[in-house]
Amino acid sequence: MSDAALETMWLVIAVAAACAVPGVFLVLRRLALIADAISHVLLFGIVIMYFIVRDLDSPWLALGATASGVLTVALVELLHRTKLVQEDAAIGLVFPALFAIGTILASMYFRGTHLDIDQVLLGHAELVRFTRAIEIAGVPLGRLPTIIMGGMFALNVGLVVAFYKELKLSTFDPALAATFGFLPWLLHYGLMTVVSVTTVAAFDAVGPILVVAFLVVPAATAILLVERLHWVLAVAVADAVLAAVSGVFLAFELKTNTAGTVATVLGAIFGVTFFVAPNRGLIAQVYRRFRQRREFFATMLTIHLLQHEGTPAEPDEAREDGLYRHLHWTPNEVAGVVRRALGEELIERKELLLQLTEAGRVRARSVLNL
Amino acid sequence: MTGLDAPVAFGTAALGAVSGIVGTFAVVRRRSLQGDAVSHAALPGVALAYLLGGRSEILLVLGAAVTGWVAMMLVSGIVRSSRVPFDAALAGALSVFFGFGVVLLLYLKRNISGAATVRPELYIFGQDPALMEFADLIPVLGLGGGAVAVIALFWKEFKILSFDPDFAASLGFSTRWLDVLLTALVVLAVVVGLQTVGVVLMSALIVAPAAGARQWSDRLGSVTLIAGLFGAAAGFLGTAGSAALSVEATVPTGPSIVLMATALALGSILLAPNRGILWKLFRRTTLVPPGMPL
Repeated sequence: MSDAALETMWLVIAVAAACAVPGVFLVLRRLALIADAISHVLLFGIVIMYFIVRDLDSPWLALGATASGVLTVALVELLHRTKLVQEDAAIGLVFPALFAIGTILASMYFRGTHLDIDQVLLGHAELVRFTRAIEIAGVPLGRLPTIIMGGMFALNVGLVVAFYKELKLSTFDPALAATFGFLPWLLHYGLMTVVSVTTVAAFDAVGPILVVAFLVVPAATAILLVERLHWVLAVAVADAVLAAVSGVFLAFELKTNTAGTVATVLGAIFGVTFFVAPNRGLIAQVYRRFRQRREFFATMLTIHLLQHEGTPAEPDEAREDGLYRHLHWTPNEVAGVVRRALGEELIERKELLLQLTEAGRVRARSVLNL
Repeated sequence: MTGLDAPVAFGTAALGAVSGIVGTFAVVRRRSLQGDAVSHAALPGVALAYLLGGRSEILLVLGAAVTGWVAMMLVSGIVRSSRVPFDAALAGALSVFFGFGVVLLLYLKRNISGAATVRPELYIFGQDPALMEFADLIPVLGLGGGAVAVIALFWKEFKILSFDPDFAASLGFSTRWLDVLLTALVVLAVVVGLQTVGVVLMSALIVAPAAGARQWSDRLGSVTLIAGLFGAAAGFLGTAGSAALSVEATVPTGPSIVLMATALALGSILLAPNRGILWKLFRRTTLVPPGMPL
C-alpha cells in the first residue's frame, strides 16, 4: 500500500472513529435527521463568517460553521415548541432555508465562485499528504488534520466517559433523568455541540453529506449486534474503523472518491449485519419464526392426544392416519409433525395409535395450565 | 437574465403545486424528510442510468426515480424488521446511497469516454430554471399531473392510511401497498423537480407548503389545496423575485423559490386564524375564551 493510501487511511480511521461515538447517541435519541440538517447548514455558517472576517483560511470560519449547526438545533426546537409543526417538518423548514440563504449570498457576492460538487459536497481525505506534518522533538506524529481528528476522537470518548451515567439515563429514561435534576436541555445542547464540532472537523475530509453516514450507520449496525450501551459504543467504533480501512483500500484500488467508498462500505456492512446478525438479524428472525411454528404444531399434537387420552374416542382420535381429519392439517403436515414429535420423544407409536410420553404429557399440561 | 419569462414562471409554479400536494401527505404522516432522502438517493440512479447507456433526460430521471424508490423501500424494510428507528434508517440510506452515487459518478467520468461532460452538479444544485423552455414543461406537467390524478383517485385510501393506518388495515386495505404507492408519488415529485431546484431545495418544496397550509385548516382536503396553492405561489413569486433582483447581481432561482416557500410557511405560523402565534397572543391579552369566534 502506498504512502498516500496509508496517510489517507489514518485520517479516515480518525474521522470514522470520532463520528461513531456521538453517532450512537444520535441514533438512540432519534436525532439522526437533526445531524443531517446540521451537516447541510455548515455552508451557511461558513459564508456568513466569511462576510465578517473576509479570509477563507481563518479559523473563525470553523467557529461560524459550528455555531450555525447549534443555531439549526435551536431554530428547530423553537419551531417545534410552538406546537404548530411536527419536529420532522420543523427540520425540513429550517435547513433548506438556511442553505438557500447561504447559496444566494455566495452567488451574489462571490461572482465567479463556482459551487462545484467536488469542492462543496465531497471531502478530500486523499489530499491529506499535502498538509503540514507535525512532529514533536523530531518524532513524526502525522499530518495536522489526522492529529486534529484523533484529538476529536479522544475528546468525544473523554466526554462520553465523563458524562456516561447522565447520557445513559437521559437517553433511555428522560423523565427520570429530569427528576434527578440532570438538566436535559444542557445534555441535549452539549451533545449537539459535539456533533457540530465533529462535523465541522470532518468537513474537509469527508464533506457534509457523507459525514451523516459516518455518524449514523456504525451505530445502526451496532444496535443490531449488541445490547449494552458500552458494547454498542465499542462495536460502533470497531465497525467504523473496519469500514475506514477497507473503504480507503478499495478507493485507492478503484481510483475513486475515498469518503464515498467508505460510506458505501459502511452501508454494505450494515446490509450484511441486517441479514446475519445473531438474534436480531433477518435470517435469525425467520429461523426463529420457523422454529416457533414447528414447536407450536408439535404442542398442538400433544394437546390433542391428551384431550382424548383414555377416552372411548381414543382409538379413532389418536390414529395416525386419521389425524389429518381431526386436526385439519394435510396428511403431509401430519407426517412431518409426527416424525418430529417422535424424534423429540413427545409421543410414541403403539401399533396404529399414537400415545403421549411423559415428556409429551408435561408439554401439553404446561400449555393448558393443568 | 432580465425580466420574467413565461415558461420558467409557469413551470416552477406547476412544480411547486405538485410538490405541495404530494408533500401534504409526507408532512401529515410525519415523514417530511422523505423528500430529502429521496433526492439524495437519486444520485446513484442517475449514474447507473448513464452507465447502462441511458443518455436522454427522461432515462436519467427514470434512473433517479428507481434508486430513490429503492432507498425508501429499504428504509421501510429496515424499520419493519429491525430495531433501527425510522430517522436513523432514513439518514443512513440517504448518505450511503449518496456516497455510492459519488463513487459511480467518478468512475463514469474517468472510464467512459464522453462522460467527462456529465454534470452531476445539475442534479445537486439544480440547473438554472432560467434555461427552461416550453418543451421542458412537458415532463413536469405530465408526471406531476399524473401524481395529482393518482392522489385524487386514491384520496379516501391515502387519507385513512395517513391518520389511522391500523384502522385502514382492519378494514382490509393493504396498507403496505398504499404506502408503496404514496412513496412512489413522493419519489416522482422529487425527481421531476430535482433538475430544476436541486437536492437540498427540493426537500423544502415538499415540506414548506404543507407545513404552512396545515395552519389554515384542520381538514385534509383544504390543507392539500392550500399547500398546492402555496407551492405554486412560491414557484411563481420565487422566480419573479429572482428575476427582479438579478438586475444588480445574480440571484439564483432555486434558493429564491425556497425562501419564498419558507416565508409563506413562517407567515402562516405567525398569522393563521385560531392556531397562529399572533392570534394566540392576541387571545391571551384580550381574555377571549379559547374556541370562541371573534
